[in-house]
Amino acid sequence: MNSSIDETVEQLEADFAMFDSWEEKYEYVMDLGRNLNWPAHLEQRDDLLIQGCQSKVWLDHEMKKNKIIFYAASEALIIKGLVAMLLSIYSNRSPEEILRLQPDFLDRIGLSQHLSPTRSNGLHAMLSTIKRIALAYHTG
Amino acid sequence: MSQLNPIAAPYTTAPIDWNAIRADFPLIAGHDLIYFDNAASSQKPKVFLEAMENMVKNSYANVHRGVHRLSQQATDQYEAARKTVAKFINAADEAEVVFTGGTTDSINTLAYSFGEAHIQPGDEILLSGMEHHANIVPWQLMAERKGAHIKVIPVLENGSLDLEALDALMGPKTKLLSLVWVSNSLGTVNPIPYLIQKAHAYGIPVMVDAAQAAPHMPIDVQAIDCDFLAFSAHKMCGPTGLGVLYGKRHLFEPLPPYRGGGDMIDRVRFEKTTFQGLPFRFEAGTPHILGAVAFASVLAYLSNIGMRQIEARERQLSSSFRQQLQQNFPEVNAIGTAADSVSVVSFLVKGHHPMDVGVLLDNQNIAVRTGHHCCQPLMDRFGIPGTVRASLAFYNTEEEIERFFVALRKTIQLLR
Repeated sequence: MNSSIDETVEQLEADFAMFDSWEEKYEYVMDLGRNLNWPAHLEQRDDLLIQGCQSKVWLDHEMKKNKIIFYAASEALIIKGLVAMLLSIYSNRSPEEILRLQPDFLDRIGLSQHLSPTRSNGLHAMLSTIKRIALAYHTG
Repeated sequence: MSQLNPIAAPYTTAPIDWNAIRADFPLIAGHDLIYFDNAASSQKPKVFLEAMENMVKNSYANVHRGVHRLSQQATDQYEAARKTVAKFINAADEAEVVFTGGTTDSINTLAYSFGEAHIQPGDEILLSGMEHHANIVPWQLMAERKGAHIKVIPVLENGSLDLEALDALMGPKTKLLSLVWVSNSLGTVNPIPYLIQKAHAYGIPVMVDAAQAAPHMPIDVQAIDCDFLAFSAHKMCGPTGLGVLYGKRHLFEPLPPYRGGGDMIDRVRFEKTTFQGLPFRFEAGTPHILGAVAFASVLAYLSNIGMRQIEARERQLSSSFRQQLQQNFPEVNAIGTAADSVSVVSFLVKGHHPMDVGVLLDNQNIAVRTGHHCCQPLMDRFGIPGTVRASLAFYNTEEEIERFFVALRKTIQLLR
């Protein structure tokens, strides 16, 4: 059984609070990135690209038993790690859980600079897309 | 450096105290930040602030309009700034200097006006494969409107232009060659005087994108014999929102205006409006008065150091950077290794996305640019998503370069 979305966020915050240096934070994020795999049964098509200025991010999803399973990939390792982190929070959740969560935890773990709308790296766009997909299932 | 000579002949032989010059830049002097993103925009010296402040406190009003004293003072200063720019690039006539919003605005102006005057269906505009989007898209928009075509001088593997391809690309249909002098992505210095001569032999006028050249070397528009030339103030220690479009009078003045408005008209009637000549024909509306006046002070400051000295310093810094990078980092690929280059060094850490390198350098207080540098066709040419670009200015130091390489070493270790 998965932990709840709030528990996952708390765990992530706790993990990040343990790091003493920016190096440790980024090593952790990059390790997450190295372990993020695109599923073999889905094609990484161009129409799944979330266009960012500097690094490409692909996002796909499947609906299973009222849970949205997200899949993502990126060319850049740090972005891939941040994407993996987002998926650990948002994937395998109900649309309602996804819509309820406020993404202010990103400030608390000290990586929100990568998600601000002015940093055109595709991550902010990815978060918006996740919410939009959730909203479509929620209202649809 | 508060008392400056007017634009001086930049041939002094006295040694230059570059540390003292660095101290003129409040944002970097005494700070830990290593600013190697000068090709995106350069830092501003105190004289820039002082000039703005001085005008705001003493002589600011709109220009070319009032009979009142302030307006006349402001007009005098604004027109003196034009003279300073004309002298800086050695234009034959200050009226050939039009103030614009920047290089992008300059090229859009020329593309529109030149297109309206001279381009027929089937005509060709010749560009190169290393152009910034600002020297591609305005021509495409015009070409689409006029039924014209864009031709492209290919880029060789080392990041220089394929000069052997020139003759096949120039012909009676070629109406203009628009070409970058110094590549913003690679640092390649193109042989502009040769290329201009070559184009002129075919009767083709040449527009030079000098956005990355004007900050790094002396510009003499008469010596190189270009027909048009564009650059931005903010890349050479001046204000954002200000640029220059130079054009030879006999080619520039007959072109129709790009924008209409105040200040550019001769006589407005609802039936028919007639326009002013150069330069006001292309300066509709209230110009960037404070910016132009402050820019003139910055140009005086740069000229006082000497553009030749600045060029020598920046060539030395960037070639030292390039050499150390290639000698000590086998895990790095330099992109663009043309013999002649200045300021910019572009590279990739093998197997790693430029953005990862940029983020890890940023965490070590180093500002570089990563990405396609608004040169997507050039990145496609090399089959890469982008590069890490370090671009150096005269106020950077060898010590900063050393610190950069320590940080790069650490970055590569983290990425492993």
